[in-house]
Amino acid sequence: MKFSYEVEGGNFAKAGNAASNVKKVLKQLNVDPKIIKRIVVALYEGEVNVVAHAYKGMVLVDIDPSRIHIRIEDEGPGIPDIDLAMQVGYSTASAMVREMGFGAGMGLPNMKRNADVIDISSKVGEGTVVELTTKLTS
Amino acid sequence: MATSIKIRKIAELLEAQVVCGVDLIENEVRYAFASDLMSDVLTLESEHLVLITGLTNMQTVRTAEMADINCIVFVRGKKVTPEMIDVASENNTVLIECKYSMFRTIGMLHDAGVSPVY
Repeated sequence: MKFSYEVEGGNFAKAGNAASNVKKVLKQLNVDPKIIKRIVVALYEGEVNVVAHAYKGMVLVDIDPSRIHIRIEDEGPGIPDIDLAMQVGYSTASAMVREMGFGAGMGLPNMKRNADVIDISSKVGEGTVVELTTKLTS
Repeated sequence: MATSIKIRKIAELLEAQVVCGVDLIENEVRYAFASDLMSDVLTLESEHLVLITGLTNMQTVRTAEMADINCIVFVRGKKVTPEMIDVASENNTVLIECKYSMFRTIGMLHDAGVSPVY
């Protein structure tokens, strides 16, 4: 099964739409709720990252019986130093993002913790791609 | 095992208004977590959790949805929006508006036997 969702930069009202839909699909597939929670927390943090930092983005979801693959790609400023961005507490988020309850430098670390495999690539001035892969059975 | 408390009892203790999920207030919670930082909430693994927060926007309700949190208490007299109620009711999340400060709310729930997450 494949799904895709658009994410608008700066539009916090819609952040979480993709994660909400993916959660419903995984519930229908009777995936263990603990595994669902890991997947949707990681995806939700990814959506918030696109809303917080990029101009626009796409979430591409591919589910097969054994695993879910999520590709979050955006057009945005990119990440100059990915190792630094992965550090808990490092953040470049604006005051507006912090008012929304995010921007404390925990997004990428939360995503890493909740995915079996995470792959991040980024070009400064162009955008970022984060790929998350997680097994659907424990 | 932590003590369970009905959501109805929480609303009564706090003299608070249940503004979404009135039909779910006989459900029970065991743990509480208080934060205005949603990324901290998203690190939790506990179930049967009530979230206490002063952050009143759509992201609070979305965070509860993703983290399987069944009940949110909004403190300091914050008001939820109709959009928040729409999303919360779709996900069976109880929303409670409480006039007390966060510190007072937490103290009262702690006295009532609700356990911290860590």
